[in-house]
Amino acid sequence: MKIAIASGKGGTGKTTLSTNLAALLAETEKVILTDLDVEEPNSGLFIKGNLIHQEEKFKMVPRWNSEKCALCGNCQKVCNFHAVIQIVDQIMVFPELCHSCYACSELCPTNSLPMIPQKMGELREYKLDNLIFIESRLDIGQEQAVPLIAQTKKYVDGKSSDEIIKLYDSPPGTSCPVIEASKDADFVILVTEPTPFGLHDLKLAVETMRELDKKFGVVVNRYGIGNDDVIKYCRVENIPIIATIPNSRRIAELYSGGILLYPEVPEFKESLLQIIDFIRGNISGDEL
Amino acid sequence: MKEIVVISGKGGTGKTSITASFAYLDGREIVVADCDVDAADLHLLMRPDFAISENFYSGVIANIDQNACTKCDKCAEVCRFDAIPVINKQYIVQPLDCEGCGYCARVCPVDAITMEEQNVGDWYISTTKVGSAMVHAKLGIGAENSGKLVAKVKNEAKKIAEEQGKKYVLVDGSPGIGCPVVSSLSGANFVVLVTEPTVSGIHDLKRVYELVRKFGIKTGCIINKADLNNAVEKEILKFLSENDINYIASLPYDETFTKAMTKGKTIMEYGGGSIPRIIEESWDKIKELA
Repeated sequence: MKIAIASGKGGTGKTTLSTNLAALLAETEKVILTDLDVEEPNSGLFIKGNLIHQEEKFKMVPRWNSEKCALCGNCQKVCNFHAVIQIVDQIMVFPELCHSCYACSELCPTNSLPMIPQKMGELREYKLDNLIFIESRLDIGQEQAVPLIAQTKKYVDGKSSDEIIKLYDSPPGTSCPVIEASKDADFVILVTEPTPFGLHDLKLAVETMRELDKKFGVVVNRYGIGNDDVIKYCRVENIPIIATIPNSRRIAELYSGGILLYPEVPEFKESLLQIIDFIRGNISGDEL
Repeated sequence: MKEIVVISGKGGTGKTSITASFAYLDGREIVVADCDVDAADLHLLMRPDFAISENFYSGVIANIDQNACTKCDKCAEVCRFDAIPVINKQYIVQPLDCEGCGYCARVCPVDAITMEEQNVGDWYISTTKVGSAMVHAKLGIGAENSGKLVAKVKNEAKKIAEEQGKKYVLVDGSPGIGCPVVSSLSGANFVVLVTEPTVSGIHDLKRVYELVRKFGIKTGCIINKADLNNAVEKEILKFLSENDINYIASLPYDETFTKAMTKGKTIMEYGGGSIPRIIEESWDKIKELA
């Protein structure tokens, strides 16, 4: 079972929820937590385990081989991303613009643009008893998160059976990285806060999940601050509110030090148990 | 004209609330650009009038003419994004998977595939409640090319600033270190990093600063919610001094920001103890440094 934890707005508590949920579940069963926020991965600050695997991740980009090149200009013509450009008698490749579509390479009449791997990030896998934690980190300067997210998901798919609960800590926003992170999830938990910013970005996230035809529910973090517009919106839209997490400075302080919350804050553990109940009742079993 | 970009690495550190406060303070001197096109929130505090609205077209997506298609499978074979599955015996392009590379269209032997321009969002030129010009946008759901829309918003804001003889373009950026952030940094004169003293805050600050350093842009840092964790705040201060980042100010952990936001106000209008004064001093310092 794949559960993505997402939000439109950043800083609403995706990582807090992902890491605590994973750790609590792992007290009684096997869980895989994957951090797909490859630009700014934070789950690893809260989950400590033993490093059991590490690998570099690559994207394929063309490299010009001048020997046989006839300078026909076809590569430049077929590249929709302006990643291959002919300047007089030189072919220049801009790897950061390349989407690895292979068109320039495979349509080159003289095979002068072989595809070669270029490092874009690193994947690490940690183990702590029942909990497997996998994270990928995008190299600084790499602009495209999507290929690394896709490869990380593939890695997770390759190692586990369907029954295990797999949690995916997703990037913020509503554009391509979030889509990639949540498009094959069985259920998406949207974490929001009861403020105008929270509501506005929740609406965007809801639109996105509807577009993707995903089942989703909402967790309201920092409950008690702001107003009740988020709750009203969810009622009107018939979106299940799975749980609320109380607004508390103590929670913020514990979080700031990288400490898992549920062993320290009973109300928070209560919220997590509600979420686990919801998952078991609504998304496991017959529907999968 | 100077371009000042506010980013944070981590989301939810207070970028937008702080940017709005600067914009409120100096409305007459600046043009505001909301470059967090993915989850744009600045308009909730600046109340722009959406006076001019334009569609933004960027990138293309494949479309297969089912009548012309001979089902030769070539398109699906070359597609590296698995974007052309066979559904009910028809080759159907999945818009959310299609990268718009056009490889399929080039190899289709019967020219059944056309690449169609995508409307990826809308962008607006507005006047805010304080009288400043504001350029902002709304990216379509699941759209790509947010980096290009960011560039569009920024360039339009710059154009307006030049035409109106404004001194500053103030840019609210997006979280992360990927294409929208890279796009908001290009051409900037000064970067304001808004962080918080949490393990995630400092972790993300370090990563985003590494990116900023590649651009060689002068940088300052505001520590929000500073009293949440003294040890981490000290660690941040140490990082700033080791890295030639100007320390601008520390703001206390204070729910007044949220209360003001709930009323659609910046903290400058709403009032909140020492915070408005600290923000005013911060903005003066940023202008001096930029």
